[in-house]
Amino acid sequence: MTAGEWIRTTSVYRSVIRHGVEPTNRNRSLIIFENLFLHVHPVKVREKTLRFTHTFWLGAITTASTIILFVTGILLMFYYHPSVPQAYRDMKELQYVVDNGVFLRNLHRWAAHLMVISAFLHMLRVFYHRAYRPPRQFNWVIGVTLLIITLGLSYTGYLLPWDQLAFWGVSVGTNMVKQAPLIGEKIRFFLLGGNIVSENALLRFYVLHCVVLPVVLIFLLSVHIWRVRKDGGVQGPPEHDPSPEGNSFDSLLPAGREKGLTGGGDSSS
Amino acid sequence: MSNIHLVESNDPLATPWHVALIRPDQRPSARESEERYVTAFPHLIVREVILFQLVVIALSLTAIFFDAPLESIANPVETPNPAKAPWYFLGLQELLHYFPPVVAGVLLPGLVVIALLVIPYARINLEAGPLWNAEWRWKFAIITSIVAALTILFAAFQCWPVVIPTMLIGSAALASKRGRPRWLWEVTLPEWIMTWFVVVATTLTLIGTFFRGPGWSWVWPWTAVPRA
Repeated sequence: MTAGEWIRTTSVYRSVIRHGVEPTNRNRSLIIFENLFLHVHPVKVREKTLRFTHTFWLGAITTASTIILFVTGILLMFYYHPSVPQAYRDMKELQYVVDNGVFLRNLHRWAAHLMVISAFLHMLRVFYHRAYRPPRQFNWVIGVTLLIITLGLSYTGYLLPWDQLAFWGVSVGTNMVKQAPLIGEKIRFFLLGGNIVSENALLRFYVLHCVVLPVVLIFLLSVHIWRVRKDGGVQGPPEHDPSPEGNSFDSLLPAGREKGLTGGGDSSS
Repeated sequence: MSNIHLVESNDPLATPWHVALIRPDQRPSARESEERYVTAFPHLIVREVILFQLVVIALSLTAIFFDAPLESIANPVETPNPAKAPWYFLGLQELLHYFPPVVAGVLLPGLVVIALLVIPYARINLEAGPLWNAEWRWKFAIITSIVAALTILFAAFQCWPVVIPTMLIGSAALASKRGRPRWLWEVTLPEWIMTWFVVVATTLTLIGTFFRGPGWSWVWPWTAVPRA
């Protein structure tokens, strides 16, 4: 008996993971629906949805970069003070004092760019595959909102290093906000906590970047991924079907219920 | 009624009743599905894990070889020239060069967001038939007018980065009526509009990022700009 096999026989392990390891379909089902995080997947998925060209995995790439951003972002928070001039000094600390500080900041920066790009490409993929059509209309709306939140996260994070790039990038952007009729000036004041980009703006962007927007993101992302399954799984390229949307018995059943136990088509990230 | 397929076993004891609601707008043709299903574990989960690892590896390599930019400490009295927004807003900043700020900064991005949000609720996006069906004369006239109007509007503001893609995509859409190549003929109107938007947005972003120097003047990316 190897160590791994022995561990799986212990009562502690059995209390955490209840199912066995034999590659039976029953165990494979239990792995999915006995796990809070995995059970967003159905137990069975359509085989063709696993093909690369079905989704290009763009939603999964966006989710992966989101996870990396949460991990690196929390680590960066240990070293960062949202105050002037300490914010900029903390960048220098990361550069010269903190072990792998530069790597940490680089990873966060490039993951942020990847998230913006892959979220946008994901939107294009869904559009050209016409995957926004019923029953997925509302998930498209959530997706567009998520794209705006992604841009908001990236933009609020842009100010935090408090270097010239950050300061003037945010100055340019918030000057655009000012142009909105009637409420423009007020929105800008609300965002910046003043009339110019100052220490108040840094604190507000910090709170937006580290608390408000991530919470909204987790909330909407959960709904987004959950609805993928509830709406019948990932929708790939449109099939050349002589009877288009809504002409089969499937459409008479609640979305995602037609396959009984499996809870509809398939899933994705 | 050959398009109704009943379940093979119609034994009333095994399947006590069948209820099918047949509505006039929905032909009762059950979709023959020969779909193969596989278990999510391991087929999907393993792919997700591998994808996550690939993303981590790719980003780690990028982070090792390319450093995130860090300039000198923020100085409110020393404005860099040009002062640029983050790259994903440089398309909008490029528009600022041609249009009044309220148009470039509020109106156009607002229209884009609204247009994206209503996509699944607009009938034009749900029908998704090829552009050139029986009523093509009307469509040809309307599309020609819209492309011409957009071209003139943006040309009036000398906004060539929008004018040129508009003319190119518009001509391609009109040329697709010829029916060759087939895939071009099959492109729907929403797809033409989205393609136009993506090409315009990409063009503006690339110009704003790589081709703009001091005073938002045109520079070539390979020309060294002396730092202020």
